[in-house]
Amino acid sequence: MGKRKQKVSTQKSLWKRMASGWQIYLLLLLPMIYLIIFCYVPMGGLVLAFKKYDLSKGIWGSPWVGLENFRKFFQSYKFTVVLRNTLTLAVYSLLVSFPIPIVFALLLNAFPGRRYKKVVQTVTYIPHFISTVVMVGIIMQVLNNRVGIYGSLYTLFTGEIAPDILSKGKLFKHIFVWSGVWQSTGYNAIIYIAALSNVDQSLHEAACIDGATRFQRLRYIDWPSIRPTAVIMLILAAGGIMNVSFEKALLMQNDLNIAYSEVISTYVYKVGLQTGIGDFSLSTAIGMFNSVINFILLVIVNGISKRLTDNSIF
Amino acid sequence: MGRTKVKKSRSDLAFYVITGILITVFFILVLYPIVFVVAASFSSGDAVSSGKVFLWPVDFSLDGYRTVFNDRDVLIGFRNSLLYMVVGTTINVSMTMCAAYALTRTDVPGVNKIMFLFTFTMFFSGGMIPNYMLIRNLHIMDTMWAMVLPGAISAYNLIIARTFIQSNIPKELYEAAEMDGCSDIKFFLKIVLPLSGAVIAVLVLFYGVAHWNSYFNAMLYLNDPEKYSLPIILKQILISSQIDPSTVTDPELQMQIARIANVIKYALIVVTMIPIVIIYPFIQKYFVKGVMIGSIKG
Repeated sequence: MGKRKQKVSTQKSLWKRMASGWQIYLLLLLPMIYLIIFCYVPMGGLVLAFKKYDLSKGIWGSPWVGLENFRKFFQSYKFTVVLRNTLTLAVYSLLVSFPIPIVFALLLNAFPGRRYKKVVQTVTYIPHFISTVVMVGIIMQVLNNRVGIYGSLYTLFTGEIAPDILSKGKLFKHIFVWSGVWQSTGYNAIIYIAALSNVDQSLHEAACIDGATRFQRLRYIDWPSIRPTAVIMLILAAGGIMNVSFEKALLMQNDLNIAYSEVISTYVYKVGLQTGIGDFSLSTAIGMFNSVINFILLVIVNGISKRLTDNSIF
Repeated sequence: MGRTKVKKSRSDLAFYVITGILITVFFILVLYPIVFVVAASFSSGDAVSSGKVFLWPVDFSLDGYRTVFNDRDVLIGFRNSLLYMVVGTTINVSMTMCAAYALTRTDVPGVNKIMFLFTFTMFFSGGMIPNYMLIRNLHIMDTMWAMVLPGAISAYNLIIARTFIQSNIPKELYEAAEMDGCSDIKFFLKIVLPLSGAVIAVLVLFYGVAHWNSYFNAMLYLNDPEKYSLPIILKQILISSQIDPSTVTDPELQMQIARIANVIKYALIVVTMIPIVIIYPFIQKYFVKGVMIGSIKG
């Protein structure tokens, strides 16, 4: 009896609390409509991956085909190619562009000249604001074997015309990854530089009195203080590992490097929207395969990190 | 004692020298391509195509810029991009701030669940085809709405704004206002918004730059050349090397275009970077702040 009464009263207060919060719901009205239409309706559209899309019947009227689309993708010769390219670029990128900003931040922080530091920091994050299209334009101009920096310097030093590195498919991954380092190191370092400026200065003073060199202080004071941040960044990076920059890969593609530059996301685009056939179902299935792998990786890396270091994002 | 001190300072000195060299090398590597692009954009077509430009303009010339500013496509793209950026950012910021404040009110039932629904979109989405079909079914293909409505709220920016409000507007303030009979919306408009200047600047910056640089949505959803945004035009000229001489009005320039194709590209790169370079010094401090607020919640 008492229990029931209590239940009634909490229910009543729930209604009351909801009623008194009506203005909050009003503020959330438009954002919720956006969220449902532009985020969750497309997620519902993922059922396409299990259907054979027929324009005349629409998404819901099209016949179910189970896992047929996934099988078609796994069995096609493109599967190993795009998977290999995606993983190569993703892992290479992660190995290079995760540690470099950390090293950069640690060195910049340890350097004594304040004003110079500020200038370096400000300049190094300008490239972050350059759009992908312009970035690829810069890559193609600067690495041009006749009119770019690369070609001009090569000719200046050797007197010969430089070999064309943009058309060598094998070099694609290096150009892709290192131009990414050029563009994002300064930006990615911000978070570490800020964390380093919060390190308790009395630790450094105490270490100095004990005779620690600057390098030892970097190793035993600075680095441990940004390690938790680094772990979080690593989790996020690993969780997005399959999201190889779609725009950049697509824009850098040409007939000569396509065997190395076709990644899952660009292939999704081509299968679904670029070719005349436009196989929406297959394209959706391939995209979904990518998202699911990503999501699983995120959960795994997050779990491992939670166990080992107590740092996690959820 | 004296000896260890000398030894220590000597090894520190070596460390500082190495650090300084490494930082400077990186600094030059980042800066040099930018300097080169600017220098080449002010050089003559011949100097650029014979690879004579290294640090400063050779045979100073403004031909590249004259062509760029006379190209009808570039001007249309510039105008459209500006429009999409202003309208889009306005929608983004107002929606994000409304949602961010409402989502700090965890005392209202259901708010936590709604927050989860937003966060989930950071990690999972429908993908290219379902989004494309949505835009098609809404009949907003080839309109500005296809450029400004998808991504109206980014979960990452929402978290930044929400974290800012949570940590900068004390709960006591709300309780006091409520006591005085201030409604939620009034509190939001009269107290939260005026106190959120810094985070609004961050949102304007993040959303604004994203719109200005957006290529993917424009490529998928715009087919009408009159609606093209700047990145589409840039792609055609910079990457596919297509510049249509008939759209350039000056006949003298038409003749030159072939000869100065590379200079045009460099000039175009500089022109598109100008809006960002101009506002950059003003927004720089907010930008660092934004990254920091975002990182608190990871």
